[in-house]
Amino acid sequence: MKRYIDFYTSMMRLSVLEQWQYPIANYFYMIGMLAEPVIYMVVWSAVATQQGGSVGGYTPGSLAAYYIVWTLVRQMNIAFTPYGWEWRIRQGRLSMSLMRPMHPLHEDVAFFAGWKVVMIILWIPLALALSFFFKPDLHPTLLEGAVFFIAIWMAYLIRTITLSLLGMVTFWTTRVSALFELYFAAELIFSGRLVPLSLMPEWVQQAAWFMPFRWAFGFPIETLVGNMPVNDLFLGLGMQFVWIFFGTILVSQIWKIAIRQFSAVGG
Amino acid sequence: MQGFKLAFNYLRIGVMNEFQYRANLYIQILQTFIALGTGLIGLSLVFDQVDQLGGWGKADLLAVMGVFTIMGGVIRAAIQPNMERLMDEIREGTLDYALTKPADSQLLVSVREFRLWTLVDVVVGVVVLIIALNQLNWLVGGWSALGFFTALVMGALMIYCFWLIITSTAFWFVRVHEIANLFEGLYAAGRWPVNIYPNWLRYGLTFLVPVAFAVTVPASALTGRLTLQTWLGALALTVTLFTIARFIWKVGLRNYSGASA
Repeated sequence: MKRYIDFYTSMMRLSVLEQWQYPIANYFYMIGMLAEPVIYMVVWSAVATQQGGSVGGYTPGSLAAYYIVWTLVRQMNIAFTPYGWEWRIRQGRLSMSLMRPMHPLHEDVAFFAGWKVVMIILWIPLALALSFFFKPDLHPTLLEGAVFFIAIWMAYLIRTITLSLLGMVTFWTTRVSALFELYFAAELIFSGRLVPLSLMPEWVQQAAWFMPFRWAFGFPIETLVGNMPVNDLFLGLGMQFVWIFFGTILVSQIWKIAIRQFSAVGG
Repeated sequence: MQGFKLAFNYLRIGVMNEFQYRANLYIQILQTFIALGTGLIGLSLVFDQVDQLGGWGKADLLAVMGVFTIMGGVIRAAIQPNMERLMDEIREGTLDYALTKPADSQLLVSVREFRLWTLVDVVVGVVVLIIALNQLNWLVGGWSALGFFTALVMGALMIYCFWLIITSTAFWFVRVHEIANLFEGLYAAGRWPVNIYPNWLRYGLTFLVPVAFAVTVPASALTGRLTLQTWLGALALTVTLFTIARFIWKVGLRNYSGASA
């Protein structure tokens, strides 16, 4: 256990140091990501205003809150991309990680977790600027804040798991971009990324309950913005935990089979 | 005249190159339909709630989406690949190979790459546009059609100039790939007519990143919203942007010192 804690703290520290060297590049990256939620926010605020002040229970103020929190959750959602898996399997880069006395996935999880620390710090001024322009209506309780903090890190783990599962498909075939695109489209619809799920048709909301996307994206936002009953807050954390627990088992089982397919030399 | 011949020859080579990878066509078709599908889902969610958005009805917004898809295809087929190659070459110093050729350097770096399969976007965009026009009962006169085509060409030219200006900054800043990323994010704003955005954002999308002129203005022509003033404004901005882009390119070139070649 100590071995893992040492590894995680060192790896995260390394990643913080590395990413802190490129604040401008990281900023451009983040600003590029801002366009998407700002577009959604503007469109839905216009709809809410035209509807007489609210749509699906959201006012322009709470929509602004939703999409500003969205930007933080989106940062937390960044994990090693399946395209990266394709690259490291095709190029044989995985060989190096396999030599180490620890599962290669730990390296990914720790590296991106460290990067997030930098991203959260850089995110704060952006959030203040967005709040200045769009006037969010946000009054979380202490409990909601605490649940949110746990939920965004759980969301990060869930997305790492789903993207790793997707990435591992490249052990068998490297023509996978079509599959990835389909996955990202489904994620857009069922996660609450395009619009808050309460604006979606009933069947989408029901289906979303049984998919991982919502627990990795919409749920953390709703804990802060959606005035959820306490029961639902803990139910959501429970669902996140279930996805992480079974997801981890699934990843490790598939990994055992998949790694036998790997045949690169050098790298 | 020789410039056209040069551009045509590069186009031909680009097309032949793409024919080596025909499977990419199917991937492109899938990507186009996924992008279109999610766009249409967004539209239908909005129109589940309201009948019009900022004065634009459902068919009008479908026309906007058609123009958005067409322009996106043109950008990804002919503009972006050239500019990305240029960014790499400035950084690595291999731009020398282009500069030593006996042709206008700006023309040369703007026509070397062409991605044929991305034109699937253009085809699908045209189909969407036809469906939208059908819903609008084809109320498009000769002047509107002319306004549409000229606005479309000017819009593409403005986007090209914008890209060239950004890319030319690589002569000073070297790492500009993130800016390319930024453009993709901002271009997505063109999916909706710019008059729904708050003022500060609308001006940004009109003059800083000419998304408004590239998408909203051509769509306005087809839906009977284009005024002569706007058209003349587009013309003036095209000429201005082109002059600025040419100037920055020339100054940037003087700053370029090559690398190892």
